[in-house]
Amino acid sequence: MNNNCDHPKLAQLQSRALVIGGAGAVIFLVGGLFFGREKFFQSYLYAFLFWNGLGLGCLSALMLHHMVEGRWGFMIQRILEAGTRMIPVMFVVFLPILFIGSRVLYPWMPGGALADSELIHEKAGYLNTGFFTIRSFVYFGVWIGLTFLLNKFSHTLDKSGDQRLGLRMRWVSGPGLVLYVLTITFASTDWGMSLEPEWFSTIYGPLFIVGQGLACLAFSTIILSKIAQDKPHADVMSTDYFHHLGSLMCGFVVLWSYISFSQFLITWSGNLPEEIPWYLNRMSPSLNVVAVLLIVFHFALPMFILMQRRVKRGATALVVMAVWIFVMRTVDVYWIITPAFHPKQLGLHLMDFAALAGFGGLWIYFFVAQLKKYPLLPLNDQRMEMALAKSGNGHSEAVEHA
Amino acid sequence: MHAEHSIDEAGPKVYGMVAEFDDPDRIVAAAQKAFDAGYRKLDAYTPFPVHGLDHAVGFKKNMVAPLVLLGGLTGASAGFLMQYIAAVLHYPYLIGGRPLLSWPMFIPITFEMGILFAAFAAVFGMFALNGLPMPYHPVFNAPRFELASRDAFFLCIEAKDDRYDEVETRSFLEGLGAKQVSVVEA
Repeated sequence: MNNNCDHPKLAQLQSRALVIGGAGAVIFLVGGLFFGREKFFQSYLYAFLFWNGLGLGCLSALMLHHMVEGRWGFMIQRILEAGTRMIPVMFVVFLPILFIGSRVLYPWMPGGALADSELIHEKAGYLNTGFFTIRSFVYFGVWIGLTFLLNKFSHTLDKSGDQRLGLRMRWVSGPGLVLYVLTITFASTDWGMSLEPEWFSTIYGPLFIVGQGLACLAFSTIILSKIAQDKPHADVMSTDYFHHLGSLMCGFVVLWSYISFSQFLITWSGNLPEEIPWYLNRMSPSLNVVAVLLIVFHFALPMFILMQRRVKRGATALVVMAVWIFVMRTVDVYWIITPAFHPKQLGLHLMDFAALAGFGGLWIYFFVAQLKKYPLLPLNDQRMEMALAKSGNGHSEAVEHA
Repeated sequence: MHAEHSIDEAGPKVYGMVAEFDDPDRIVAAAQKAFDAGYRKLDAYTPFPVHGLDHAVGFKKNMVAPLVLLGGLTGASAGFLMQYIAAVLHYPYLIGGRPLLSWPMFIPITFEMGILFAAFAAVFGMFALNGLPMPYHPVFNAPRFELASRDAFFLCIEAKDDRYDEVETRSFLEGLGAKQVSVVEA
């Protein structure tokens, strides 16, 4: 029951994250005084949506893991759980957006640029400040509730060895996944899509669901690579689990491309005045560069590279791919969110970097602190023992020729 | 009357030596030891895919993956070209204000054709490379070999192998815990 086994690589990650996060946060807060409230909250929302999305990706991957109980899932279960425990922190981070920032961010709010538009009046039954606030609380309520249950069951199982808890986690996860898809669909509509409230897309939610899942898989791969060589992972780890994570990343890269392209294709085919503005706002010489970057570095290259077995089985190569994909996730969220504030312009600003680094550094700092609180592998979980036993010689590398 | 059917004084030609094992872990370990002992022409026959066995018998790579890539690229470019010829060259109609080369519309069919040809390349390439269908194979002569599709695991060391030796290979295989070792005629 070694809770605080010494992980030098985690400690190093944590101290680096604190430095970067602290510096980013200071620049962001000071920059807020210089660049004004509007820019401050625009960057704030961007960084919030990305890092909150990472925690939510952990939640969905954790529930998926409890449903399928794959071997790879047990290796990252504690990473995912620590990630979900960042959602309550992000709730506190969200409150300034909800109570102060939303007025300058969302043009449909009272006093916003589109507050007097006839179309927005028609949508007022949904898009009004009171309902928006209530919905935001409901989303976080659902996510924090699921986080609480799944973490509590898992840690109780560590101590008591009561195997019914494994089944209970599965019971929570089934309905939990349904709730997750519903809440993300509504939350992305509220926080992201309503930045351009005259426009709509029904596939917008899945874009976030898949993006969060991909970011979480990349993040888990990076963290797993830092702890895989030490106890307790060293006893059960195998290249197979990196291979599985690599295959999942490859699948999610393709799914992301499929969903992103579907939205574009449908809009392109319809060519309707109410559907195209979102893309018109993102088509300009500078933003087209970002779109091409996404096609090449978020879809084509990662897909072809991750298809290769030797990349997925080479720990270093896979971690490079995970970092690469993680960085491209920040570009994708930037491309989806920020052109709403400056149509047709790239608008890359110091504040965006500062917010992303500040939020991210502190997110990772607290994440590592959470990760260290509990054993890095589930204890007393028969499901894990059965999953590992089923693999036969799967977790021994003795059979592999170098 | 023909050379390959003739039986000379040395008896029938030998294809190799087959050892029967009764569980998957044991055959992987045995294959591994055989490979380490220097045997290279070995193959395993099991009722279901056994994890790690491909590595143990020293299987490295085959040409199916490059064939699939080639098939996919052929299909995708053929699909795109087909639409280009139809929509841009032969029937240049302006529809819904879109350009003639309305490439986003071409992507689904390009993609589907890529998948279709990649699948063709995978299936037919696999058949071409592994020699199936193969109604006769010498290893069928091994006793109880029909159990390879039920609950027995067979490891075969071919006579072609440089290290193959009637006596030595037999005692080697028996030392690995084989239930039964038998010489198989070609």
